[in-house]
Amino acid sequence: MPYIPHTDADRAAMLDAIGITKLEELFDAVPAEYRFPPLNLPEALSEMEALWELQALASHNAVAPEYALFLGAGAYNHYTPSVINHLLMRGEFYTAYTPYQPEMSQGTLQATFEWQSMIAKLTGMDAANASHYDGATSFAEAITVALTHHRQKRNKVILSPNIHPQYRAVARTYHQGNGTRFVGDKSGRATLDDLLDLLDENTAMFAVQYPNFFGQIEDFSNLAQKVHASGALLCVVTTPIALGLLKPPGALGADIVVGEGQSLGIPLSFGGPYLGFFAVRDELVRKIAGRIVGETVDSDGRRAYVMTLRPREQDIRREKATSNICTNQGLMALAGCIYLALMGKHGLRRVAEVCYHKAHYAAERIAQLRGYQVHTRLPFFNEFAVTCPRPVAEINRYLLEKHQIIGGYDLSQDYPDRENQMLLAVTEMNTRAEIDALVQALEAAQNG
Amino acid sequence: MTTQTVQAKALEPLIYELSASGRRAETLMPKLDVPESAPLPAHLLRDSLELPEVSELDVVRHFVRLSQLNYAIDKGFYPLGSCTMKYNPKIDEDTARLPGFANLHPLQAPETAQGALALMYTLQQWLCEISGMKGCSLQPAAGAQGELAGILMIRAYHQERGDTKRTKILVPDSAHGTNPATSAMAGYTVVTLPSDARGDVDLDALRAAADETVAGMMITVPSTLGVFDENIREIIKIVHACGGLMYMDGANMNAMLGVIKPGELGFDVMHYNLHKTFSTPHGGGGPGSGPVTVNEKLLPYLPGPIVAIVEEASEAEGAPRYGFVMPEKSIGRLKAFHGNFGMHVRAYTYIALHGAEGLKAISRHAVLNANYVRVRLADAYKVPYNRMCGHEVVIEGRFADVPDIRALDISKRLMDYGFHPPTNYFPLIVHEALLIEPTESESKETLDRFIEAMRAIAREAREAPELLHSAPHTTPVSRVDEVYAAKNLTLCCRLPSAD
Repeated sequence: MPYIPHTDADRAAMLDAIGITKLEELFDAVPAEYRFPPLNLPEALSEMEALWELQALASHNAVAPEYALFLGAGAYNHYTPSVINHLLMRGEFYTAYTPYQPEMSQGTLQATFEWQSMIAKLTGMDAANASHYDGATSFAEAITVALTHHRQKRNKVILSPNIHPQYRAVARTYHQGNGTRFVGDKSGRATLDDLLDLLDENTAMFAVQYPNFFGQIEDFSNLAQKVHASGALLCVVTTPIALGLLKPPGALGADIVVGEGQSLGIPLSFGGPYLGFFAVRDELVRKIAGRIVGETVDSDGRRAYVMTLRPREQDIRREKATSNICTNQGLMALAGCIYLALMGKHGLRRVAEVCYHKAHYAAERIAQLRGYQVHTRLPFFNEFAVTCPRPVAEINRYLLEKHQIIGGYDLSQDYPDRENQMLLAVTEMNTRAEIDALVQALEAAQNG
Repeated sequence: MTTQTVQAKALEPLIYELSASGRRAETLMPKLDVPESAPLPAHLLRDSLELPEVSELDVVRHFVRLSQLNYAIDKGFYPLGSCTMKYNPKIDEDTARLPGFANLHPLQAPETAQGALALMYTLQQWLCEISGMKGCSLQPAAGAQGELAGILMIRAYHQERGDTKRTKILVPDSAHGTNPATSAMAGYTVVTLPSDARGDVDLDALRAAADETVAGMMITVPSTLGVFDENIREIIKIVHACGGLMYMDGANMNAMLGVIKPGELGFDVMHYNLHKTFSTPHGGGGPGSGPVTVNEKLLPYLPGPIVAIVEEASEAEGAPRYGFVMPEKSIGRLKAFHGNFGMHVRAYTYIALHGAEGLKAISRHAVLNANYVRVRLADAYKVPYNRMCGHEVVIEGRFADVPDIRALDISKRLMDYGFHPPTNYFPLIVHEALLIEPTESESKETLDRFIEAMRAIAREAREAPELLHSAPHTTPVSRVDEVYAAKNLTLCCRLPSAD
């Protein structure tokens, strides 16, 4: 049997020690009428057959680099340095679990501490936790921190409509049972001033995205002051590659900074596993969920690391815990940590600059096409919206079938008044030749 | 760059301490093949970026050395109860990294992702078959998120019926902390049910609590005490009779494959932990994956989107067409995109390698191993529920004749024998609990060595207790001071300020 080492002699000796004669007798406590049901599953495959089957399935997907990919909207095609996979594949990392026993887990603990440190520096915040499931659930848990911070006395959350639609959906799923009121994002048209008008003494949190879902860098220079005047917390959803260039959200006065860390060396992998990051000001550290690693000493005075502030967590606090999170995205945080260490101060900035220039090159060329309008009134990073002469679905089908190009995200799915608008993302992985091919294909797509 | 961290010897410097101004990994700098555009306005740019400046070799050596400070399944026996630390097949890592999966963007049109959708659809079907349920969502990213999905579905079910007076979830006192925490997150009040002397749910307490204010009950099968509750059918009947729904915490499914189907037993909803039962790696604390399966009652409420056949196979095209659909009364999305797909690929591979007979063998041998450990330790340690157990067994890590030895001391001493300790201090209702889960991957020889170590430690507790108090002696660091960490909170590397 797969991965079961028992010989017949082992089984016999073990059954004998237990005082039974058959494996089935181990289950006498299970109600007899329900015991040992048939299992209708395919016959077991050998390893090579399984590999062939999975290869066949994988071959039915259209992927980069055979296809030029210009899709972003929360998941990005960045380069993963070779080092990352080699280190992630070390069994010492990936076949360990949560470092409950610090004496046997200093590797995981120190790497997590380094990840927390780098995320805190990158976002301009005081502290970060080990991780959440993804950017969307980080955001949902940020709302919990705001509600807790206000001792459940404020229940209103103001959402910019320019936050990723799926993040806003997840926030609503998480908080459907606790009476939280979400406002601000109904029409999709609210400006920052419209949103600020919604602030009142019942507002727990004000949330924006930076750069926003459309890739734009909105002017948040006086935002924190206004939000704080009402006593609410400011949450900024962000993306880490952009922070290689942009002023960190901490410098804008954010209280909580969350986002998706997939860009940091983690494959697209059809949407997961990804990496939610979560950073806060010192005052909020004791209110956040998830694992947190702190520095300490061992009994010989050596520097060591350990999970700390544990009494916040569900296994100790049970129904009084603010979150049920347990397993998070440990190995993905390790990938992010290795990526930030490898790219470092110079590399992250370089990747950000290259994304920026390539996206601007693409936007400038598309803006010259007849029938296309590029929405670049505000400064943008590596994503931008384009109004197309035809429905985005039609254009994308043409790009795919005739040019092996996976086009941008159809914004009309979430924003009905953004008819024919496509959200394009450009990264360091898109060559000039790919961008030029996209521009030509878009021009040709006018007529289909 | 220097840091102001604990002034002490360190096993391995922090990556920031390896940093040298101006050093960089040159080959990783992307080239620009388009003209430069006008830069962003200066007021939008950051002044400094405090990331390390190291070479590629610095990074490789640093993380290899860190890895060597870890214990892991690939190194040795890891009987961490309730976590199912079984062998993680290497082939699963290869299939999950196939470019056709790894490079697939989650928002691509379904016609460009039919292979991934077919895999997800089949996995949904398999998880329904194994649990005896009717519908499945692969969205939840971990067991705890599966729990939240389940309880929110139960809530939506009652609300749909206008049954708004149901405000309570029943949870046995032996439950994982995630169960009460989940119930509270979903807006419910938790009613804790005591266990009886045999470790089963106290039926009188259940009957007294089961009224029209109960929305449902969460229960782990086999229980976290390691035993199959002998009254499970009666429990389900009592809760259903008062109008509540039954949630099964599937953390312990490794004892149940081909042994019992929760759906047939009467459960309405359950979650799996793919990182336990189907051996996707634990990754040092995730990623996990916590799919939920449900019976007919809860089908319309599943979190979505889920994968469905949107066009049956025709003669011209051999395969059906798959797509994402949102169940009609869905509780909504639990995360962006479609769940931890990379874990779905690994679990699919694992199930394909086992087939029905292989899955049955898993549970039979996991339970065999746990019971073998139980009988061989029962004369050296107190086994509070000493009856046939599931895939794990709980013992007490204390001795009446040496009162100052605690479960923690035994755990730390076990490290000196080269083993990862069992789960400590859970379940909460057992004094000085040590929860041992051997898994089916381990041979009799390994179990015998572990049993001998545990028996030796029981002797040492009497003959040389200081060996336990001062343990561990052979790990990279000696006993770590948790109190110091909490009192001197240092959560990130402190760099000298810029001025």
